[in-house]
Amino acid sequence: MSVRVQNLSVAYRSRGGDVTAVDDVSFALADGEIMGLAGESGSGKSTLGNALVYLDQRMTATGGTVTVDGRELPIADTRAMRPLRMTEVSLVPQYAMSALTPTRKIGRLMTDLLTSHHVSDRRAVMTELKRRLELIGLAEDVLGKYSFELSGGMRQRVTIVMSTLLNPSLLIADEVTSALDVSTQRAVGEMLLEFRDRGYVKSVIAITHDLSILAQIADSIAIMYAGRLAERASTDAIVSGPLHPYTQALIASLPEVGVRHDQVTLTGIPGRPPSLANPPAGCRFRDRCPFAFEQCANTPPFAEVEPGHSVACWKVSQERGAAAGRAGQEQAV
Amino acid sequence: MSVTVSGVVEEPAAPTAGRRRSDFFYYGLRNKKLVFGLGLELLLVLFAIIGPMLAKYGPQTLTGAQLRHPGGTYWLGTDSLGEDVYSQLANGLRESYLVGALGAVSAAVVGMALGFTAGWRGGILDEVLQMITNIIVMLPSLVLLVVIGSYLNSRSVLFEGVFIGLTTWPWVARAVRAQTFSLRSREFVEMAKLSGRRPVEIIVRDIAPNMASYLFLVVILLFGSSMLLAASYDFLGLGPSDTVSLGWMMNQATQNAALLYREWWWFIPPGAVLTAMVAALLVANVGLDEVFNPKLRQQ
Amino acid sequence: MRRYLIRKLITYVLAFFVGVSIDWGIPHLIPGDPIQGLLSRFGQLDPASYTALYKTFAQSFGLNVPLWQQYLNFWKGLLTGNMGISISDDPNTVTSLVFGAMPYTLALLVPAVVLSYVVGNRLGAAAARRRLLDNTVLPLGYVFQAIPYPWLALVVPYLLGVVWHVFPTSGAYSETLLPAWNWTFIGSLLDHWFLPFLTVFIVSLGGWAIGMRNLVIYELENDSSRYLRALGASERVVRRYAYRSASLPQLSGLALALGVVIGGNIVTEIAFDYPGLGHLIFGAITSQDYFLLQGIFIFIVIGVLIANFLIDLVFITVDPRTRLSMQGAAA
Repeated sequence: MSVRVQNLSVAYRSRGGDVTAVDDVSFALADGEIMGLAGESGSGKSTLGNALVYLDQRMTATGGTVTVDGRELPIADTRAMRPLRMTEVSLVPQYAMSALTPTRKIGRLMTDLLTSHHVSDRRAVMTELKRRLELIGLAEDVLGKYSFELSGGMRQRVTIVMSTLLNPSLLIADEVTSALDVSTQRAVGEMLLEFRDRGYVKSVIAITHDLSILAQIADSIAIMYAGRLAERASTDAIVSGPLHPYTQALIASLPEVGVRHDQVTLTGIPGRPPSLANPPAGCRFRDRCPFAFEQCANTPPFAEVEPGHSVACWKVSQERGAAAGRAGQEQAV
Repeated sequence: MSVTVSGVVEEPAAPTAGRRRSDFFYYGLRNKKLVFGLGLELLLVLFAIIGPMLAKYGPQTLTGAQLRHPGGTYWLGTDSLGEDVYSQLANGLRESYLVGALGAVSAAVVGMALGFTAGWRGGILDEVLQMITNIIVMLPSLVLLVVIGSYLNSRSVLFEGVFIGLTTWPWVARAVRAQTFSLRSREFVEMAKLSGRRPVEIIVRDIAPNMASYLFLVVILLFGSSMLLAASYDFLGLGPSDTVSLGWMMNQATQNAALLYREWWWFIPPGAVLTAMVAALLVANVGLDEVFNPKLRQQ
Repeated sequence: MRRYLIRKLITYVLAFFVGVSIDWGIPHLIPGDPIQGLLSRFGQLDPASYTALYKTFAQSFGLNVPLWQQYLNFWKGLLTGNMGISISDDPNTVTSLVFGAMPYTLALLVPAVVLSYVVGNRLGAAAARRRLLDNTVLPLGYVFQAIPYPWLALVVPYLLGVVWHVFPTSGAYSETLLPAWNWTFIGSLLDHWFLPFLTVFIVSLGGWAIGMRNLVIYELENDSSRYLRALGASERVVRRYAYRSASLPQLSGLALALGVVIGGNIVTEIAFDYPGLGHLIFGAITSQDYFLLQGIFIFIVIGVLIANFLIDLVFITVDPRTRLSMQGAAA
């Protein structure tokens, strides 16, 4: 496995105490896999993604390990992480529109980054950079421009090229399409796929609240709710056969192309996610779940109920257990 | 059409007024700069109020005892005319606060009104304001002070204060304009406009609270700079003609060669006290800024 | 680009015109009659001689014509470079007096402003990075900013001039010397220059340091700095970028400070009896010397306009955004 996250917990220091934004999350990524990390605002997906690259002063890793290519990432040690950033694990930030320093030309920005990483053959890298820019349809003169001279879409793509220039093993793409129009979204999505196919990045975690882009580019999807993983499976499985009630409600609430909504009502999920400052015991989706029962007062384990499909839900485990039991019975008979 | 995960319509998180206020007090009381600055300033204001009452002599009473060293009957000694320096100091402090307040208020009122209109409306109004600002900067305020002052029988504290206000408002206007400019194009204003509310409503309910903290800081800075400016004017002999002030004390000291005669008690206390008054304001100002803008807090 | 410059030029010319006109008008508002003041120097005169002298002086100073004509004459004189003769310091011309005093003011203020800018910026940037430094630089900066000019102009010469006889406390050079280009004279010049320079330097220092510190802190926390860190840039690179972005607003402040330098620092010059432009202005006010005042004001107006122009130039070369908005201004 290329990337393995085990029991990772990340907390924010706040006035009223520590708030655990990521609670005991585990998953793994194969080489070349693009995993979508989806959830609503406040689910912890952005914290999780960013923690893998740069833990700022307000956040602390309170437990768990992260392994990339067999090496453990010292995410809690900012200094030790520095040489690994951009080279092993890299980030395309949520604030990509304002990420490029406005007082430096793009080309200069790149060379300064290369110098920071003590890249020996700068010229070769810059040549490669120009080739990649050409690949995604950006002219070479972009390097001589300032960030404010570029449109939003161009800035997003330049940021992606910059972040992947040193071929990181893991790329965290945080809301890379959220600020763009639909056609540019598609172009950026294809760019990510292309980069993965060409080996510019090994694995990608694409953080988003937009399932449609994941349907386009992701091999697998992980759904986060209130700081915990609710479900993880291949894209097909999630879209056509979701098991967790939350995921099911999400998929059901998506408008369907061609359906007129004066005939079918567009439903949402009533209620709101729980506050993470004082989370309830047991399953955090309990209050909004139509299937909740007594067992849900205990925290459901994130268990693999089918090969490559994990869910944290008592109902599902129960059904699978019952089915397994029935299957076992039938076999026995 | 992009599809979002949550089917729930989420309201933009707006901090409730109660939370904001309690946040303010929590961080405020813990901010050393604010506490120290405000504390020192309050002490000085207290002194300005009761200090003159404790003086044994009036500030311009001739005691007959000239150039006494501090100590004994004359706490801060006497000047070359035999006037009690302590009394002058205490009264001068009061005067400085008055002028400072007057200057700050007049500059704030004019500057905020004009700056805000220019920032909000933009266009020609803005250009006109820029030009007026440049012109006022070019005006030699000293000469203006002399000119206007010479038409009056006597210059009063009110005159000095208002004059300072009317010559320093461009700075305020510029700052307020810049702030209004940037706020004007923020999302919540756009939303308010879209919702069809009248401009006055938008200004009062959306922009003003956001600017309030900024304006408060501006006023504090104005207060300090007014006091310093008044001290310079007074030092040059252009201050109020009927009262004692800290700048006036330094002026008298210079004219009587207090430097050469080492009469340090005459000129060191007034400036030292004025420095404390303004420094406390500045420090409190920064503390306040840190409380309002978490970005400036050095954790 | 051209349209931008033309527009700017028009605003400058307009401002110059208005500024000069106002500055011409104000001295005339000083109550009292300058010729009267001049004549009072001649002691007692009988009425006939008085009227005759008055007429002569009024004519030679061009004050016997109606105001609007005086105004036009003024502009005529300005354009020909003849600003008239100082009423109070007859027969010295205004231009000679102004150019005589200007070197002193410039020599005093330009180094003080520039040096305090450079040192202040370094201190401020350093304080933004290191907590320990911040805890000393910041409070000191505030104290320095809070010091009233007159006070420093008294304390510094008191300590360094009277208590410890290191420097002289007044004048531009020793009274025993005559101006000449020899080392003794230059040494005396520097000797007398140092204390006034020091006072202006100290008071200006605080403001720059604090301003820079705040700007750098802001830049260190913004998105572009975060991105650089996320991509593993060394803290030195991040700091360098933050410093560069923070310097831009500071630069405009510098240009403005330099622009008003021509007005001289009146308080310092009076306190040290230093013969610069500020000293000249003060004297001219007290003797209602119209021409001298007008002459000095011309220079102040020019100085401020040049400063504004410098700011614009600086921004065009240093801030890429202005350059772009200029090019895009036509769009």
